[in-house]
Amino acid sequence: MNGMSAFAPATAEIFLVAAACGVLLVDLFLPERRRALTYWLAMATLLGTAFCLLATAPEGRIVTLTGAFVADPLSQLLKLFTCGVVAVAFLYARSYLQVRGLFKGEYYVLGLFATLGIFVMISAHSMLSLYLGLELMSLSLYAMVAFNRESPVAAEAAMKYFVLGAIATGCFLYGTSILYGVTGSLDLGEIARRAAELDGLDIHLLVALSFIIVGVAFKFGAVPFHMWLPDVYQGASTPVTMFIGTAAKIASLAMIIRVLVEGLGAMHASWSDMLVVLAVLSMAIGNIVAIAQTNLKRMLAYSTISHVGFILLGILAGTPAGYQAAVYYTLAYVIMAGAAFGMIILLSRQGFEADELGDFSGLNARSPWFAAIMLIVMFSMAGVPPLLGFYAKFAVLAAVVEVGRTWLAVAGVLFSVIGAFYYLRVVKLMYFDAPGDAAPLTAPADLRWVLSLNGLAVLALGIFPQALVAVSVRALG
Amino acid sequence: MPTSLPLLSILIWLPILGGLAVLAVGDGRAPLARRLSLGVAALTFLASLPLWVRFDPTTAAMQFTERAPWIPAFDAWYHLGVDGISMPLILLTTFITVLVVIAGWEVIKSRPAQYFASFLVLEGVMIGVFAALDALLFYVFWEAMLIPMFIIIGVWGGARRVYATLKFFLYTFLGSVFMLVALIYLRVEAGSYDLLALHRLPLGMTEQTLIFLAFLAAFAVKVPMWPVHTWLPDAHVEAPTGGSVILAAIMLKMGGYGFLRFSLPITPDASHALDWLLIGLSLVAVVYIGFVALAQNDMKKLIAYSSIAHMGFVTLGLFIAWRILANTGGADGIVMGLQGGMVQMVSHGLISGALFLCVGVLYDRMHSREISAYGGVANTMPVFAAFLVLFAMANAGLPGTSGFVGEFLVILASFKASFWYAALAATTLILGAAYTLWMVKRVLYGEVANEQVAALTDIGRREFLVLGVLALAVLLLGLWPAPLIDVMATTLQGLAEHMVQSKL
Repeated sequence: MNGMSAFAPATAEIFLVAAACGVLLVDLFLPERRRALTYWLAMATLLGTAFCLLATAPEGRIVTLTGAFVADPLSQLLKLFTCGVVAVAFLYARSYLQVRGLFKGEYYVLGLFATLGIFVMISAHSMLSLYLGLELMSLSLYAMVAFNRESPVAAEAAMKYFVLGAIATGCFLYGTSILYGVTGSLDLGEIARRAAELDGLDIHLLVALSFIIVGVAFKFGAVPFHMWLPDVYQGASTPVTMFIGTAAKIASLAMIIRVLVEGLGAMHASWSDMLVVLAVLSMAIGNIVAIAQTNLKRMLAYSTISHVGFILLGILAGTPAGYQAAVYYTLAYVIMAGAAFGMIILLSRQGFEADELGDFSGLNARSPWFAAIMLIVMFSMAGVPPLLGFYAKFAVLAAVVEVGRTWLAVAGVLFSVIGAFYYLRVVKLMYFDAPGDAAPLTAPADLRWVLSLNGLAVLALGIFPQALVAVSVRALG
Repeated sequence: MPTSLPLLSILIWLPILGGLAVLAVGDGRAPLARRLSLGVAALTFLASLPLWVRFDPTTAAMQFTERAPWIPAFDAWYHLGVDGISMPLILLTTFITVLVVIAGWEVIKSRPAQYFASFLVLEGVMIGVFAALDALLFYVFWEAMLIPMFIIIGVWGGARRVYATLKFFLYTFLGSVFMLVALIYLRVEAGSYDLLALHRLPLGMTEQTLIFLAFLAAFAVKVPMWPVHTWLPDAHVEAPTGGSVILAAIMLKMGGYGFLRFSLPITPDASHALDWLLIGLSLVAVVYIGFVALAQNDMKKLIAYSSIAHMGFVTLGLFIAWRILANTGGADGIVMGLQGGMVQMVSHGLISGALFLCVGVLYDRMHSREISAYGGVANTMPVFAAFLVLFAMANAGLPGTSGFVGEFLVILASFKASFWYAALAATTLILGAAYTLWMVKRVLYGEVANEQVAALTDIGRREFLVLGVLALAVLLLGLWPAPLIDVMATTLQGLAEHMVQSKL
């Protein structure tokens, strides 16, 4: 491909970067009272990006821009999903930031650039573009975490995120450089070809693989590379936590699929055993430590770690069904986590963060509707049918049983029983305890509507799971 | 059988949607919510009657079947149908739910709409468990049951309700997840979640044993069998009356149903090889738990332990089959054992439900479940006393009541296996009579114990209606069990023939 047509598959990215720069410029000249325009422009950018994606939907797999960029059904699905969750995160953030005097244009601009980074990672077909996307996303997120500069907790969280994130990207780069030395290429297609020719137990390849997996596991938050996650989740303002917990997870999934499955698929035998360790430890530590948390955001952080363990189970199965299950699980997790963080934002108000578990006490008496939404989300995360989270777990378990690793499925279900306890505790607080806080909910109508739809989606996709399963299957068909 | 209406779907979704409608009415308009709930429950019961009337008892095949694609990507189907095992249990469910709604009419003061809605949703899901013919669909209904029950015990329960409901949830959840892994494994082997295909699937002995144990984890907790029964006394004691009734009358039956639908037909050889374990645990439940019941001071706890002992008869009746075959060489006794187990399940559903309602009647007036708080209640509540004595007699297995039929069939079947099984099982006739009647004596008879008892008023029309209907059912089934036995005879005959054939 040459000329303009080489750029056609990347139309969405090109539009996004141009529009984000436009938003940045417009915001510079906006008077303070017109700040809402930035918000609407950012939303319009996401809408336009989604439109570009739909307009340039690839038929099959297109590799372009001298092998640095790939557009396939998977990238299409993940990018559309990213647009959706970023839009929801922006919407949730609006009233949250306004109430706290943090409603600045930079927040949305940074969010758009992080989205661009995620897009580049999703479509990476070279280790270099993957790294560029990763850095673009990470740097934007560091700044977003530190956004509330008055808050020492946020600054600490940003610092931790930055230092540990730098180590992670360092490991990733180091592994990439060795990989380049062994295979002589940064192109994932070329790497895949060379890796298949080389001996799978080639020590240089294994060293490269190990470092790359450390980098990926850091970004995903898999045990034992999870230390930053709880602090960052707790320290960042809730809309940013939601961004990291949802959109960034899609990026991590893309990263692991592009590098391990497409690039180093020939070494499945090696990396699947490494992932077994990561997956089992993540499910164990995540679920057990979550029990001890009193802060809901920290609890959700450990819950994320355990969900990552499940996603890794799907990947390590090494079959198309396993990858589909991992994609399905990630999308399901993003939908559930979006609703959970939305609940925290809903209950928060000026000078009050509803991020302690106790803040949910007696919610059923204050608002039966939103208590029911949270009930759905919690049972779904625990993996109780007929809710979305169950089918996600089910798909992953089916994938590992199919490849004969039934013991991993048994470990998975045992840890999810342990995990059920802390989700149930939230339900217990909402339904069985008396309210400790009688203030009426002050969240604006748009937030309530989106959150309600998000919660109902968890139920609807539980009773009719086919819709989401089918798109995951088609993405990797 | 050609049917124009998807009857089973109606039975599942009518109460669920009705429950949501009740939720929408809200706690603020409690009278409307109550009437709507009763309407939905009654309508569901009426809609379930055609199942009985139009049921064809001459075939062991599934009837009223419905099949539609549900999750094509997982090859899971929305596949429903009933046979002689599940049909009576569905009727029991719709019948008991109506009574539970009536029983909660005035008693539930806090959040009545949510209370009734929980029971209606629970009803739909429980019917789904009995009607599902797709393993994944079954599992979804099976687990979904836990959510409304968790809420019911936790919100409207007694003092230690949070502990009880968490224990209930985690215990049953832990048991069930092993079943999930087993079902996935079976799917990989058979290429389908269709239960009837799984029944035909040949399996090796090691596979069968592991699958059997995984099923056992799920069903033994639900039945519950000793030693995984400890959640039941807590859950029963703390649950509101309606919750205890549903738990005892229907949820415990799911364990027995699971054995009949999954363990026996899918893993017959493992069931055969491990029948010593199941028979042993059943006899422990009958004898040891009978003694435990004798020592209880709390009425609900006593009935809870009595439930465990009575469910021991169900599992005994199901798993005695191979001993009968070895001893007599014929399959007649096997069917008798299975019939005994089934009749015992239905009958125990009625009797334990009635007993919990009786305790509820007393608790609503005195706010105590302690036996020692009562005495001489018969003097102030003669009509109630008559009902309680009837249900207590039924619980003790008095001939003429439904309690007798099931126990008698199971003991008779055990005789064909071994005298000693029968002798141990028959201790229930003594123990059951002892703990039930001793409780009745201490609560109803003697001098009026205190002023509170002296001030008791007899049951009202609503309570009379509920207990009266149950009393009629208990007597009817005791005097004339033939209709129940007839509808299940062919199915159980088919099951008996299926399970004695090795799959190896």
